[in-house]
Amino acid sequence: MKPYTALFRIRFTNSIQYRVAAIAGLCTQFAWGFMYILAFGAFYSENPNAFPMTWEQMISYIWLQQAFMILFMIWFWENDIVESVESGSIAYELVRPMDLYNRWAVSIAASRMARCVLRAAPIIIVALILPARFRLAPVMDFRMNALFLLSMILSLGVVIAFSMLIYISAFRTINSLGTRLTVAIAADFLMGGYIPIPFFPDTVRIIAEFSPFGSMQNTPLLIFSGYLSGDALVRGLGLQVFWLVVLVIIGRILMARSLKRVVAQGG
Amino acid sequence: MRLYFKYISMHFKSQMQYKTSFFFTTLGQFLVSFATFLSINFLFARFDSVGGFTYEEVLICFAVMITSFSLGELYGRGFDRFPRMLGDGSFDRALVRPRNVVFQVLASQTEFSRLGRVTQAALVFIYVIPRSGIDWTWDKILTLSLMIVCGSLLFFGLFVLYAVFSFFTIEGLEVMNILTDGSREHGRLPFSVYGDGILKFLTFVVPIALIQYYPLLYIIGREESFLFALTPILALTFLLPCYVFFRFGMRRYKSTGS
Repeated sequence: MKPYTALFRIRFTNSIQYRVAAIAGLCTQFAWGFMYILAFGAFYSENPNAFPMTWEQMISYIWLQQAFMILFMIWFWENDIVESVESGSIAYELVRPMDLYNRWAVSIAASRMARCVLRAAPIIIVALILPARFRLAPVMDFRMNALFLLSMILSLGVVIAFSMLIYISAFRTINSLGTRLTVAIAADFLMGGYIPIPFFPDTVRIIAEFSPFGSMQNTPLLIFSGYLSGDALVRGLGLQVFWLVVLVIIGRILMARSLKRVVAQGG
Repeated sequence: MRLYFKYISMHFKSQMQYKTSFFFTTLGQFLVSFATFLSINFLFARFDSVGGFTYEEVLICFAVMITSFSLGELYGRGFDRFPRMLGDGSFDRALVRPRNVVFQVLASQTEFSRLGRVTQAALVFIYVIPRSGIDWTWDKILTLSLMIVCGSLLFFGLFVLYAVFSFFTIEGLEVMNILTDGSREHGRLPFSVYGDGILKFLTFVVPIALIQYYPLLYIIGREESFLFALTPILALTFLLPCYVFFRFGMRRYKSTGS
């Protein structure tokens, strides 16, 4: 366990250095948040009854999505990993006495969390003191917030386990840019990155909810906003655990297979 | 001009050397805007209109924005990658050549994969133009073309502005994305939907609404005055400060030395 915590620390301090990038990201995310709220507000005032969530739920969804974007977006790739596979320097990592799957997973988690820490807090703090029309109104319920935290951790796990599959596929394709792009867009859409899943038409909504993408940002954000409760909440958490286990197993099998056949191209 | 076409055909040939890679990036570009299209479609399955605009009207708006942004990016890519030119010193080489600098930066890159997005927009146009219930007289066709052409020039101006900032910071300024990517993403809805403040800002400060909201009003017959059809031309005045800033930045330019 100790080497992994050390690795986590290294990656974390490494990623937290990008403060200017974080400030730029913050501005962008505020702008995006406001524009989404204004756009959805226009739809809401058109016909509040056709809106699948309450207005307060919508606002918390938007701000939390902006705050935790780095944690959940598939397109936030770990370039070091892709490069190490494409350039062949992965060979060095293979001789180290560490499990490659865990090693990758830990470094992805560390850099996502480090970048998220820099952005999430300011966004949430400002969102709490905005004028009423834009203000984030958290649900003050200890049990719900605990469940929200649990669900956040599970979704980070699902996101990492899913993106591992793509990194592993880089062993086979050498140039994985196309696959990564295509998968990232599809995933981003199905996880509710463009519009929240409750806005989807029924059939698409059910497919998205049960797919691994529904177990990413969707579940914790809907728990926090108070949209998910009771049985639906339990089902959501159950699906998250299910997909986490399944994706980790698939990833480990695929990785073992690829590593058996891996050919480092000299140099 | 001949020289520019030579450059373009050169970029085209070099990008065609990696056909699979080109295909996938183009497909990716297509999918990005397709996902946006789907989200509009899903929203309008629930709502009949937004801010007084129907589904068809919003689609026209969306397709115009995608096309003009992508065309602007297609030929303005050199300015988008400008920080890199500064960083690796290739801008210094451009400075010593006996040609206009702006021309050289312009010709240094052409990104054909952006045609993926234009394809998406073309499909939307094919779908929406006959269904929109608009009587497509010549003046409306002219307005639509003006929106696209002037729009792409306006986005080009924003890329130039982005390049100017990198004279001072060497690295790209991420914040500019709010204006470029932001107006592409959020411009899928007419800007009046976002309220008066945003509309005023995008009319008088960064005149993106001039190529989107006002001419759209003319096309859908909400405004009769032909002046509304000509607002995209007014937006071109924005290019002037962009050019002046670029000259200004260039005078202050110090090479990174590499």
